[in-house]
Parts: sequence; structure tokens; C-alpha cells
Amino acid sequence: MIYEELRHFADSYGLLFLALIFLSFIGWTFRPGSRQKHEEAANMIFEEDQDDG
Amino acid sequence: MSGFAEKHKKLERNVTLLGAAAFVTVAIGGIVEIAPLFWIDNTIEKVEGMRPYTPLELAGRNIYIREGCYSCHSQMVRPFRDEVERYGHYSLAAESMYDHPFQWGSKRTGPDLARVGGRYSDEWHVQHLIDPRSVVPESIMPPYAFLAKKDLKAGDMAKHLTAQRRLGVPYTEEAIAAANADLMAQADPEAVTTDLVERYPKAQVRDFDGDPDRLTEMDALVAYLQMIGTLVDFEAGEAQEQPR
Amino acid sequence: MDTLLLRVGGWLAIVFFAFIAMVLAADTGFAVHMAIIAMAAGITLWVTINKADYAAIGRGILKAPADPGIYDDDPIRWGVIATIFWGIAGMAVGLIIALQLAFPVLNLNNEYTTFGRLRPLHTSAVVFAFGGNALIATSYYVVQRTCRARLAFPGLARFVFWGYQLFIVLAATGYLMGITQSKEYAEPEWYVDLWLTIVWLCYAAVFIGTVVRRSEPHIYVANWFYLSFILTIAMLHVVNGLSMPVSLLGSKSYAAFAGVQDALTQWWYGHNAVGFFLTAGFLAMMYYFVPKQAERPVYSYRLSIIHFWSLIFLYIWAGPHHLHYTALPDWAQTLGMVFSIVLWMPSWGGMINGLMTLNGAWDKIRTDPIIRMMVLALAFYGMSTFEGPMMSIKAVNSLSHYTDWTVGHVHSGALGWNGMITFACLYYLVPRLWGKERLYSLRMVNWHFWLATLGIVLYAASMWVAGIMQGLMWREYGDDGYLVYAFSEVVSAMLPMYLIRAAGGLLYLAGAFVLVYNVWMTIAGKQREEKPMTETPHNEDLDKPIVGKPAIAPAE
Repeated sequence: MIYEELRHFADSYGLLFLALIFLSFIGWTFRPGSRQKHEEAANMIFEEDQDDG
Repeated sequence: MSGFAEKHKKLERNVTLLGAAAFVTVAIGGIVEIAPLFWIDNTIEKVEGMRPYTPLELAGRNIYIREGCYSCHSQMVRPFRDEVERYGHYSLAAESMYDHPFQWGSKRTGPDLARVGGRYSDEWHVQHLIDPRSVVPESIMPPYAFLAKKDLKAGDMAKHLTAQRRLGVPYTEEAIAAANADLMAQADPEAVTTDLVERYPKAQVRDFDGDPDRLTEMDALVAYLQMIGTLVDFEAGEAQEQPR
Repeated sequence: MDTLLLRVGGWLAIVFFAFIAMVLAADTGFAVHMAIIAMAAGITLWVTINKADYAAIGRGILKAPADPGIYDDDPIRWGVIATIFWGIAGMAVGLIIALQLAFPVLNLNNEYTTFGRLRPLHTSAVVFAFGGNALIATSYYVVQRTCRARLAFPGLARFVFWGYQLFIVLAATGYLMGITQSKEYAEPEWYVDLWLTIVWLCYAAVFIGTVVRRSEPHIYVANWFYLSFILTIAMLHVVNGLSMPVSLLGSKSYAAFAGVQDALTQWWYGHNAVGFFLTAGFLAMMYYFVPKQAERPVYSYRLSIIHFWSLIFLYIWAGPHHLHYTALPDWAQTLGMVFSIVLWMPSWGGMINGLMTLNGAWDKIRTDPIIRMMVLALAFYGMSTFEGPMMSIKAVNSLSHYTDWTVGHVHSGALGWNGMITFACLYYLVPRLWGKERLYSLRMVNWHFWLATLGIVLYAASMWVAGIMQGLMWREYGDDGYLVYAFSEVVSAMLPMYLIRAAGGLLYLAGAFVLVYNVWMTIAGKQREEKPMTETPHNEDLDKPIVGKPAIAPAE
């Protein structure tokens, strides 16, 4: 019985919940305001390269 | 929204938070999949006939593990027509319920061994282990001649059985007390084995390696091979089968 | 002085207890291992007492620069050497066991050299010794540079290196003596597992400590991957290693779980050893070294964030696909299959992110053999992360499981992705760590590239054919309604494929020897007189990231 209940939950609300989390996560990562910050982060490995040969 | 963004910025800058969030993320899958196996009833269907290994079988199983037999031999017959025809009845979960660790394997360089018990004679097994290509010319199995030369030094079997009982294998006090005697008796045709067979139903008692004077590693391994998959009586238990 | 006394006392105590345990051991293997531990502690004791500057002597042997520089690079140099050493050892054993399958006489009719004992030696040596040393060394390198901080706890960082080598030696000698838990990729017994747990926690402390000390506000994405790799491996190792020793003075133990539960715990571990050791850790290498070698920032930093969270969330679910159609409950199999297929997406997201980093600089594939290796590694990563989800579909798995197809799949990932990205990183690291202007020879890198590529192609193709042939022959029925082939007939049909596979392995190993020579000469300070791979004039104005602008088409 408990198996059936879990199965139904996974097929309905569980799936919906994961999909919403995923979409909000994508939405947050690609929000326009963060472009600058991410570019800085991507380029930070090239700063102070002279010290590093 | 800006509050949330602020929080995530913190996450990216705080290694403790990042580590904790990553750990929770990776823990979920394992918990959801593994934990239910311990409490959902239908994971292991009950079957008649399962019992813990005799000390000699257990010692043989430890040799099977030591030699890495699982690298090339599976012990898990899948419910397909060809596999059932080639190897025998498909494997049930209950059949490995006392296997610490399991030996299902992942590769069949050699054939499946889940139902090998009773399929060949002791002499065949001994000859095949000493020189595989003398009985199966196509075989690529390594020779295990040294097993027949080495005396079985299993150590104190009472300790082995105790360790298993701590993990939930139902060995009785008297089985543990008699463990070392049972180890010797099972391969000794002269010994009195009424108690042994009562403790371990269907236990096969005889000299396995063709050398009754010695208890060798070959005795133990063949004793194990000859009992794999023989405990559950499938002819009598048709009603228990669950077609899938 | 007090700390010296404390240290000497500590090592002396370990020597003492290991010696007692050796004398009282319940089995020979345990006695040998205790002797090894006593010797290792004895050597450490000797080094501790003697005031000689062993670090300087070590630097002399490795011809390392005397000046420590702004970063703590000594353990990284040791790690580079250890990676190469164990790589050659592990691949050589792999070649031997491949030949054993074609010519069983090579088992030598000897207890210590059978396939069953050498096989875990091969897998552990390439995954944990070669791959593990590469991961520890590169993580030390990357975390210092991206955090702009010296390693936290330098003493502990050195302990992690030597402690990890001791773990490898104990595991490897144990396999030869038959000491094994029989859990694939987790074979070492309980006391070796405990030792690894200690070393691993120290590794986590060094890594996290360095991140905490950083002078850079943001934690670069490569460090996320390293962090999740370290934490997840700790979790997997501890849970899967749970066992009950028969005696505290013997090597044998029994796994804590049995049957179905043990099987799923093992493959939850086994699949995520692939997912976090061989994928997350190596993706961390990819996210630092590919942009550095290409001199371009990663294609999309945002994609890397999505890549990270979805990869680590999804990977952990995929374990049950190793147990399709077994006695594992159907719901768990189906769950494993669904998540394995979904896993295809983040895997390819990561691959595309790595490959597209070269956007605007595709000509480097022609001119820079190191970039070419990285691109090949990513291509194989993409191929095996497509093949994997496909093989996890139950219908496909019913054919492929238990066959050599699985072996081929693993090796296209291991040789193609892990091996090639590691070699590329080694070529990147060696001149920088030893303060050389460039490698001894770029043309030899090119030779290595082609030897390895050809080797992988032979390996993957032969195992693909072998696996599918095996699967089809096992299930073939004749018109009379009987199985057509005996098992032994299928075995003999494999021989040509096993020979081709061994040839592929030989080529791959030959490539690794070219690396050894090249690295050796580079460290010796030599530069080979050779025609450059290409004559590309340096253009200061073009040598810039082009994020946010449309890509400039490469000059043909």
C-alpha cells in the first residue's frame, strides 16, 4: 500500500515539484542582472597571470 | 526576488554553505532509493529453504571472494527464456539474503554460477579447477591447482559466525560453539554429522576433493560451489513464483 | 621541541602497535600489511628525528625550483610524478590481464598472478592511483590559483600525499595476496578503508581550509566540482565500506548489508565513483585547464552553474541501472533508468560548455596538440555520456549487461575522457611547475595523441563488436527451439576481439611512455630541436575574450 502511495506521489506532485525547482533555478541563473557578475567570475582565472608563469 | 538573489550570492561566496547545499543535493537520491529497501515488505519475498551457510561452505565462499571469481562469473539469473533455459530458474532476492557481501557480479566472461550446485560431479569441479582446459578446451579460466595443495586455514570459524550474527544472520549459540567441529566434519566421511545436517538442512556431507586424509581449500570451494542455488526447492514451490 | 617530541612519540607508537599486530596477526596478509605500516611509520620517524632538510633533498631529486614561489607547489610536483608512475603501472597491468583473456597460459599457474587477483589491481591502480593522484595534485594547483592563497595546513597537505600513497600500496599488495571485500572499485578491507577515511578527511580539511583563506570573493566553479567530489566520495566510501571485522587482528570482514540491499549500496557507490571521482573531479580539471590552455574564459559561466547542480543531483540516482532485471525491486530499476536518461542532458551541457570555450579559436586544434587532446577528451566524454544513458534503457541493457560492451563503454570513458584530459593537464603543468619555458617537445605530444587515439578506437570498436556478438549468441534460438550456442563456443568466438583489444591497449600504453620521456626531458631542462607545429604570429589585439560579441569566424 505504502508503495502505491509513493508511486502516485512521484508521478504527480513529486514530478511537478522537481520541474518547478528546476525552472526557477534556470530562471534565477539566467536573470539579466547577473550577467556582469558571471563574466567577472569566468575571467577571474586570467588575472594576475604574470605571477604564475 | 532580490532577497533570494542576495542569498544565493552568499552561497557562492561561503564554502560552508556551498558544501552543505551540495551534500544535501547528492544525499537525496541515495536516501530515496536505498532506504525503502530496508522497510518495504515486498523487497524480499519469503521463500522456504533458505538457511545460513555451513562453516565449510562459508570458508569456501571466502575463497571464492579471495580469488576474485566474481570478476568473471555472475550469480544472478535474469528472468529471460534463454537464461532460464541455460542456467535454471531465475534468481530470487531471498536467495542472497544471507550473502555478506552479495556476489551477483557484473560480467560473464565465464557462465553464471547461481544454479551451478549439483550440476557437475565433485571430480569434474576438482579437475576443472586444477586444469580448466583439460575438461573445457575453449576455456580461458586461470588454473587453480594450488587450491588442492593448500590445507584449509580458515581461522576460528566461531569468530566468523559471530561476526555474521552481529550483522543479523541467524546462527544459533550451539552453531557457533560447534563451528570448528562442523567445518572438519562436513568433509569427513567418517564423522557423525546428524547435528550438522539438523542445523543446516540439505548440507552435503562428503569428501569433496578426492583426498579424504586432508581438508584442503579445494574441499571448501567445491563444497560451496555444489550448494549454490540448491536451497530453494523450485519444483515444490511453483505457487510462490511471481511472473514478471 | 615539545611538538617534535610529540611527533616522534606518535610515530614510535604506530611502529610499536603495527609490530605487535604483525606478530599477533590472524592471517599472513594482515601480518604483511602491518609490517608495511610499521616500516612506513619507521621511515617517517627517521625523517622526523633527523634534522636534514628532506624537502630540499626531495626538490633536488625532482629538480624542482628551489624557490617555493608564491604558491605551495611541492606536493603538486610529487603528485605529478606519482600520477605518471601509477598510470604506467596500472595500464601495464591492464595490458597483462587483457592478454590473459586471449592467452590463459599467462596466468602462470600461480596463485598471485591470476586474472581474478590482477583485475582489481588494474582497476584500482588506474582509477584511484592514477586518477586519484591527478585529482589531488590538480586540485591543490587550481584551488591555490583561483583563491589566490597558499595551501592551508602545508604539513597536512604533505601527509595527504604520502598517506594516499600508503593506501595505494596497501590496497595493491592486498589484492595480490587475496585480501578483498569483493565490492568492485571498493575492494580494500576494513583497516585500509579506515586509513583512507582519515587521509580523505585531511584532504577535505586542506581543500576547504584553502578556500576559506582565499583573497578572492567568488569561489570559481572548478572548486565547486572539486568540493562536491571530495564530500561525495567521503559519503560513498564510508557507507559502502561499512563492515564487521572477524577479528581486529585479521584482514577478513563481512559487509554490513546482505543481498539486495548490499547490491544497491554497492552500485550506488560504484556508479557514483564514476559520477564523482571520474566525472565531477575531472570536470573541475576541465573548467580550469581548458580555459587556461585556450586562453579564453569558459563559454558560459551560467551554463556551468546549471551543469553543476543538475549533474550532482541526478548522478546519485543512476546506480540501479547496474542491476536491471535482477532481484532488485522493479520500482528501483525504473527510477535508476529514468534518471540515467535524464543525466544525458547535464552531461552534454558540460561537454558543450567545454568545447564551445574554443569558440573563435578553433584553429588551436590544428596548432596546439594539448588543446587537441582536451577536445578529444571532451568528445569522448560526450560519446560515453550518450552511450551510458542508452545502455541504461532496460531493453538495451538486457542485451548489453554481463557482456564486453560494458567493458568497452567504461574504457571509452576512462581512456578517452579521464586519460586524455589528465595527459593534457600534465603537459600543461610540467613546464609551469618546474619553471621551464616550454615542454621538451610538442611534436611528441602529437605522437602521444595519435597513439592514444588509435588505441582507444581499436579498444572501443573491438569491445563493442565482442559485447553485441556475445549478447546475441547467448540468446540465439534455432528453428528446433533449442539454444544454438554452448557457452564455451561464445568464449572461443571472442578471441579475435580480445587480440584487437590488447593491441589497442598496447598502443595506448606506448603513448603513455612517450609522455614519460617527454616529461623526463622537460624536467631535465632540455628542449628538443624541432620544427614548430605551426607558425602563428602573436596578435596582441585579437588575444582577448570575446564574450558578449558575435564570434569572429576563424581565418581559414
